[in-house]
Amino acid sequence: MKIVILAGGISPERDVSLKSGRRLADHLSEVGIESEIREPDELLIDYLATTKPDLVWSVLHGAGGEDGAVQRLLEMLGVAFVGAGSRNARNTWNKAAAKAKIAQTGLATPDWISLPKNTFKQLNAKSVLELVSKNLHFPLITKPVEGGSAQGVSRSDDQKGLGKSMVEAYAYGEEVIIEQFIEGTELAITIIDTGEGLKALPAVEIEAESGNFGYQERYIPGETTFYAPARLDRNIAQAAADMALEAHRELGLGVFGRVDLVVDENNKPWFLEASVSPGLTETSLSPQAFVAAGYSLGEAYKAIAESAISYQSRQ
Amino acid sequence: MNETNTGSITNFDYWKSAYAGRASNLSVSEVRALFAVVSRPEVVSLAGGMPDVSELPTEGLNKAFDSLVSTRRDLALQYGGGQGDAKLREQIVEIMALEGIQGSAEDLIVTTGSQHGLDLLADLFIDPGDVVLLESPSYVGAVGIFRHKEADMAHVHTDNDGLSPEALQQSITELKAQGKKVKLLYLVPTFANPSGVTIPTHRREEILKICESEGVLIVEDNPYGQLYFDEVPPDAMRSMSEQHVVYLGSFSKILSPGLRVGYVLAPPAIREKLTLANESSILSPAMFGQMLVSEYLTVNDWKKQITDYRDIYRQKRDAAIEAIDKHLPDIQTTRPRGGFFLWVTMPEGVDSKAMLPLAVSELVAYTPGTAFYGNGMGKNNLRVCFSHPSVERVSLGIQRLAGVINNQIDLLKTFDAE
Repeated sequence: MKIVILAGGISPERDVSLKSGRRLADHLSEVGIESEIREPDELLIDYLATTKPDLVWSVLHGAGGEDGAVQRLLEMLGVAFVGAGSRNARNTWNKAAAKAKIAQTGLATPDWISLPKNTFKQLNAKSVLELVSKNLHFPLITKPVEGGSAQGVSRSDDQKGLGKSMVEAYAYGEEVIIEQFIEGTELAITIIDTGEGLKALPAVEIEAESGNFGYQERYIPGETTFYAPARLDRNIAQAAADMALEAHRELGLGVFGRVDLVVDENNKPWFLEASVSPGLTETSLSPQAFVAAGYSLGEAYKAIAESAISYQSRQ
Repeated sequence: MNETNTGSITNFDYWKSAYAGRASNLSVSEVRALFAVVSRPEVVSLAGGMPDVSELPTEGLNKAFDSLVSTRRDLALQYGGGQGDAKLREQIVEIMALEGIQGSAEDLIVTTGSQHGLDLLADLFIDPGDVVLLESPSYVGAVGIFRHKEADMAHVHTDNDGLSPEALQQSITELKAQGKKVKLLYLVPTFANPSGVTIPTHRREEILKICESEGVLIVEDNPYGQLYFDEVPPDAMRSMSEQHVVYLGSFSKILSPGLRVGYVLAPPAIREKLTLANESSILSPAMFGQMLVSEYLTVNDWKKQITDYRDIYRQKRDAAIEAIDKHLPDIQTTRPRGGFFLWVTMPEGVDSKAMLPLAVSELVAYTPGTAFYGNGMGKNNLRVCFSHPSVERVSLGIQRLAGVINNQIDLLKTFDAE
C-alpha cells in the first residue's frame, strides 16, 4: 500500500499539520506501510495524477485542507482519501453550518450567532453586540467560524471583553461565531469505521492547567491533563458517545473524524464542533483515544487506511 | 450505582515535576507556530534577521572550501581548543580594527555564534534577580537568554539616537535604591536590532562614563557595524574602554549564520573564565566552521564582499522606506543608516501579536514588538527586516503589511477595542 500524506500548507496551523504528518508516517512505517509526506504545492496535482497512490491521508489544517477544496480535487482525480467527502468537509469545517445541521437533528448545541465582518460595516457594532449579549448571556465564547487548534478563540465576560474577542477572532478569518459558554467537562470523541460500521472510541477528557484549553495547552506537553477514558459515569459516557456518533453520521465524516463536546453540570452533552482532519501530534486527542481503545497507533492508522480504500471503492 | 470509568491519565510530560525552576521560562507560543509558514515561498518574510546569502560569491566559497579540505583537512575535522582557532583570531583582530578596536588575539574567544558568547557571559554574571539593563526595545535573542537566566530586565528609554544617558543614570540610581544588583548593560549601539538606530559618539562617551562610575559592565553586541549605507558609524564602544566593555562580534551577518561563528573580546580575567566555560559547555567551537571562515577571509577579497553587501542592503532599505512612505504615510518608523531593521510604531491599541495571523493569511510575516521586551511592552510595535527578500519582494511585503495594518485599525475602530 502506498500512502501520500498531505501536510503543511500555509494556514496558521501549518506547524501542527507538519507534526501530525511526521507522526502519522512514523506509525504507518511501524506496521510496514510506505508513505510519503508532501506539501500542497504547484507540483502536487501532477504528482498525484501520475503516481496514483492507493490513498491520500490529508492532515492539512485550515483553509485549503479542511474546507473541502483538496477533497474535491482528490475526488476529481479519483484517488481514495481518508475522511469526509468535499461537501461534508465544507459543511463541517464551517462551524456555523455544522452547528445548524446538528441543531436541525435535535442534538443540543450551545446557542450561537455567526457574524461576517461585513455585518459590522453595515450595522452599528455597539448595537449588534449589545443585542447579542442580551440574547446570549455572558460568559461567551468567540471563535473564527473556520479554523482550529483554538487559534483566535477567547472567552469574554462583559461587553468590553466581547469587542476585544471579536478583534482577536477576526484576525483568523472573515466570519466569527459567538457561542454561549457551557461550564462542564470537555470531551473529545474520536469516531472511526474500520469496516465494521462507525464506532465511538473512549472519550478523552481535557483538563487544562490554566482552565482554558488554548493553543499552548494543546501542544505543550505538561500544560493539560488528559483522562482516557473520561472520568464519567458509564451512562453519561455512553450518552456522550451516542451524541458523537450521531453528529459524525449527520455530518458525514467518513471513516475517521472527531467530535468535541461538553457535558454540563446536569450531565447533558452539548455538541461544540467536529474535526474533518483530527490532529495526530504527540499531544493530540485522537491518538489518545486509539490507545485507550487498545490499539497501537500503527494498527489503528493501518485499519483506517484500509477502510478508507475499501470505502472509496464502494462509492 | 453506575460505575465510573477509570483509565490512563497523562499530561505528556512525565518529568514535569523534575525540571529546574528556570525551565518554566522556556515556552512556545502560537506566534512561533505562525512562523512555520515563513518557509513557504508564497509568504514574504519580513520576520527573521537573515542575511541574503544568495549574494555570496559561489566561486569564492568553493575556493575556500577546496583550499581548506585539500590543505588543512586533518585539523578542520578534529577537536580544537576552547579559545578558538589561533589564525582566525588573528584575522578577527584585523576586522575589529575597522571599528576602531585595538584588541589582541589573546583576549579573543571564538564562540558558536555571538549568541553563544552572550549565553556564556550571562551564565558568568547573572544570578537570579540580578538586573540587566537593556535598550527599549532590545534584541529578542538577548531577552530570551536573560529571561532564562532569571535576570530582572530593565528597559531604559531609547530614542532615535539610541539609549538615553540621562534615563540610564536615573534607572541605575532607582534600581540601586531598591537594593538591586545592577550587573550588565546590554547594547547594540550600531544599527540596533530591532530599532535600527545608532548611538552617536557623545552619547557613547556619556554611557561609558556612567557605567564606569556605577560599576556596570557594558556588553556591546555589534553584528551590523560594517553594514553601513551612508556615512561610517562611530567607533565601537570597546575602542573607548578595555576594562568596562565586553565586545561581541559575529560572522553571521557579513558572511553566513549557517557557519555559527562569533566571538567575544573581553578583559583577560573574563576571557579566561569564558574559555573555561566554553570548554565546559561544548569542548571547543566547531573547527570546520572556524577554519572555513578563516580560509574564506584568506582567499577572498572579503572587504569587497562587505562593500557589495552595503550596496545590496541599502537598496532594500530604500525600497522598504519608500513603500512605507507610500502605503503607510501616517505610521511612524525608524530610518536606519545601516543594518537590517526598521522599527514600526502603530497607533495605540493595535496589537501586532494579535494581528499576525491576519498578516500570515495575507502572505506577509513580521516579528511582533513584544518579542523585544522582557516586560510585555511593544504591543503596538513591530519589526520589519528588509535584508533577506529581494528589493521587489520587500516592496510587495510592505504593501501587504499596509493592508493588514489598515484593516486592523478599522477593526479596532469598529469594536471600540483600542
